[in-house]
Amino acid sequence: MEFGATVDVRRRKSLHFNKDFCAVTADHPRPPPRRRFFAIGRNELKGLFWQVLVVGIVAGVVVFLWSNTVTNLSARRITTGFAFLGREAGMPIADSLLAYNPRDSYLWAFIVGIANTLRVAVIGIVLATILGTLIGISRLSANWLLSRLAAVYVETLRDIPLLLQLLFWYVLMQALPAARAAWRPMEGVFLSNRGLILPAIPLGPMQLWVLGAAVLGCAAFYVIRRRLIVQQMRDGKPRPAWPFALGLVVMLPAAVSLLLGVSWTIEWPELRGFNFVGGLTLAPEYFALLIALVTYTSAFIAEIVRSGIQSVPRGQWDAANALGLRRSFMLRQIILPQALRVIVPPMTSQYLNLTKNSSLAVAIGYQDVVSVANTTLNQTGQAIEAIALIMAVFLTISLGISFFMNWYNSRIALVER
Amino acid sequence: MTAITDIPDAPRAARRPQISNPVLRWLRANLFSSIPNGILSVVLLAILAKGVFSFVQWGIANAVWLTPANDSSACRAVRGVGACWAIIPEKYRFILFGTYPFDEQWRPALAVVLFIALFYLSTRRAFWRRELVYLWIGALALISALMWGGVFGLSFVSQDRWGGLPVTLILATFGLACGFPLGILVALGRRSTLPAIRSLSVLYVELIRGVPLVSLLFMASVMFPLFMPSGFNIDKLLRAQIAIILFAGAYLAEVIRGGLQAVPRGQYEAADALGLSYWRKHRLIVLPQAIRHVIPPLVNTFIAFFKDTSLVLIIGIFDLLTTAKTAIIDPAWQQFSVEVYIFVAAIYFVFCFAMSRYSRSLEATSGR
Repeated sequence: MEFGATVDVRRRKSLHFNKDFCAVTADHPRPPPRRRFFAIGRNELKGLFWQVLVVGIVAGVVVFLWSNTVTNLSARRITTGFAFLGREAGMPIADSLLAYNPRDSYLWAFIVGIANTLRVAVIGIVLATILGTLIGISRLSANWLLSRLAAVYVETLRDIPLLLQLLFWYVLMQALPAARAAWRPMEGVFLSNRGLILPAIPLGPMQLWVLGAAVLGCAAFYVIRRRLIVQQMRDGKPRPAWPFALGLVVMLPAAVSLLLGVSWTIEWPELRGFNFVGGLTLAPEYFALLIALVTYTSAFIAEIVRSGIQSVPRGQWDAANALGLRRSFMLRQIILPQALRVIVPPMTSQYLNLTKNSSLAVAIGYQDVVSVANTTLNQTGQAIEAIALIMAVFLTISLGISFFMNWYNSRIALVER
Repeated sequence: MTAITDIPDAPRAARRPQISNPVLRWLRANLFSSIPNGILSVVLLAILAKGVFSFVQWGIANAVWLTPANDSSACRAVRGVGACWAIIPEKYRFILFGTYPFDEQWRPALAVVLFIALFYLSTRRAFWRRELVYLWIGALALISALMWGGVFGLSFVSQDRWGGLPVTLILATFGLACGFPLGILVALGRRSTLPAIRSLSVLYVELIRGVPLVSLLFMASVMFPLFMPSGFNIDKLLRAQIAIILFAGAYLAEVIRGGLQAVPRGQYEAADALGLSYWRKHRLIVLPQAIRHVIPPLVNTFIAFFKDTSLVLIIGIFDLLTTAKTAIIDPAWQQFSVEVYIFVAAIYFVFCFAMSRYSRSLEATSGR
C-alpha cells in the first residue's frame, strides 16, 4: 500500500522537476565507477549482496522442501520418477476422441486427456472468437436495442464466476428430457440429457484424401492470392482471384472425390431403445463445458473487439465515408485492419485463459488432462510427477498459442515506410 | 456515444421530415433509422418480449415463494413450470454461512459487513493515505477475532466449520492483501538489473501464469503435506489461501510491471540525481505514480480473483459456491438447483458489478 507516499511527494515541492532538468541528467549520466581488477564499486557490492541473499533464501527454502518431500515419499514408499506411466491406468474415460479402454497405460490416458483438452480448447477458441466479435460489433450498433442487449450480455457474463456458469449449464443439460423425448430442433438433430446428437459424415481414408486435397488447394490459393496482391501493388491493375479459388478450393477436391469414387453419405442418428445410434454425439459434459467457456470468453472478447474498433481514429471513418465506400467494405478494408493491431495482443491472453479455464472440466466430470492427472494422483500418489505433467502440457499449449499469435501479430503489424 | 453511431449520416438525415414528438424522434433515431434496422428492432423486440414473458411466468407468476419448513411438496408440484424460490428462505443460512454454529452466525454476518465497509472506504479517494494500511490491518484482525473467537468471551470456532460468503471474502481479501506486496516485490525484481533476481522473478511469474489455478489448488491440497516435515500440518483453508496468494502475486506483478514501465525515465533519473536509495526512490517517486497508472487494470484483476476464489470448490473448501452446491444435495430440494445457482450468481454479480462500475468511474476520472 504505497498510496500514502503520494502525499509526501506532493508536500515536498522540491521533488518536482521540469523536463529540461531531466533531459540534462539523461544526457550526462553519472560517470561509471572506475573499474579495477580486484576492487568492485559500492553499488556492485550491494547488488551482489542482495542477489546472494535472495538466491540463498530461495535455495534454502527449496532444499528444505525437497528434503522433506524425499523423506515423506520414502516414508510412504512412493518411488519418484515417471516409471508409473507404463502401468495399467484402470480409470474409465467416458468421452474421448482417441480409442481408450481402462487397461491402457497411464501414458495413453494422459494423451487421451490432452486430446480432450485440445478438443474443447480449439473449438472453444474458434466459437468464442466468432461470438465475441459479433457481440462486440453489436455493442457498437446504431440500433439502440441491439447495443443494449449486447451490453447486458457482456456485463452479466463477466461478473459471474465461470465455475458457477459451468455448473448451471451442466444442471440445465441434466434437466433436458430423456433420449426418448428428445428435442428435435431440426431433422437429425437431437438434444436430450445424453447430450447433443448431430448427423455426421463418416470419415474413412478415402474421405481424408479429399479433405487433404481441399487443404492443399486452400494453401495453394493462399500463396497465389498473395502473389496476385503483390503484382497489383506493382502496377495497380486488379487481378481477379476467383478463378483460382474456384479451381483450387472447389474443383480440385471435387475432382479427387470423383476420381477415387468417394461416397459422401450422411449418417443420420437414430433412436434405438434408450439411446441413439450413429451420428456425432457431444456428451453433456463436453457440451456444457463448451457452452460455458464460449459464452464466458466471448464476453471478454466482445469488450476487446469493441475497444479495438473504437481505437480507430474518427478521421478514418470520415475519410472512408468521404470516399463513398460501402459500409461493409469500409469495415473490412479500412477499420478492421487498423483495429486488429489493438485487438490481437489482448486476444492472445483470452485464448490462453480459455485453455486454462478448460481445466474446470474436472468439476463436472469431463476428463481433460487435469482431471486425468488428478485421478492418477489419487490412484498412484505420484503427486509431483502428475503436477509436473500438467505444467508441461499447459506451458507447451501456452507457448504454442503465444507463438502463433505473435506470428499473426507481426504479420498484421503496421508496415511503416 | 460510440464510434459507429457517431458517423454522420447527413445527406439522408436532411431528406427526412423532422418529427416533433421527442419519443417518436428517439425511436426513429435509435430503433428505426433504416429499413434493415427497423426489421432487426422488431425481431429483437419479439425475442426479448418472449424471453421476458417466459421468465416472468416461470420466475414470478408460477413461482412458489414460501413453504412450510423442510417441505418441498408445493415446489415439486410446479416443477418445470414455476420457480421454487422457497428453497432460498429454507437454505439461505447454510448457503451464506455454511456449517458455522447456528447461534453464532451473527459473527460471520458482522464480518461480511466489516469487509464491505472496508472495501467501500478503500474506494474513497479521501482515504488513500498511509492510515488506510493501519485501517486494513485493524479490520482484518477484528474479522479474524470475530470468525475464530476465543477472545472477548466469544466461543472458539475452528476453521473447518467456516463456510459460505465469509470464506469467499476471506480468500479474496487476504489473497489480494498479501498478493499485492508480493506482486510489487516481484515486479520490481523483474525490472531489476541484478540477473539472479530478475531470472527468479521471471521464472516465478511465468510458471504460475502458465498453469491453471486448478492445478495450483491441487498442488496446495495434495503436495503441501509432502513438502512439510512430518507431523507438521496446515489447515486446508490456509493451504488454499497460500495457493491463491501465490497466484495473485504473479498476476498482480504483471499489472504493476505495466505501471512501472509507464513511469517516464526522467522520474527515475531525477530520483537518482537526488541521491535517493533504491527503496526510497521506489517508495517515494516511482511506485505512487506507477500504481496510479494501473488502478483500473488492478481493479479488473481484483474482480477476476474474486470470481476465481470459487475454484476452491474443486478441492472441497466451503466457500459460497460450495455451500450452494451442498445445499442442494438434500434429496427433498435436489431438483431446484437452478434457483440456488441464480441466487448465488446474484451475490457474486453484486460484488463484481460494483467493482467494475468503480473501475469504470476511475477510468473516466483518471485523466483529470
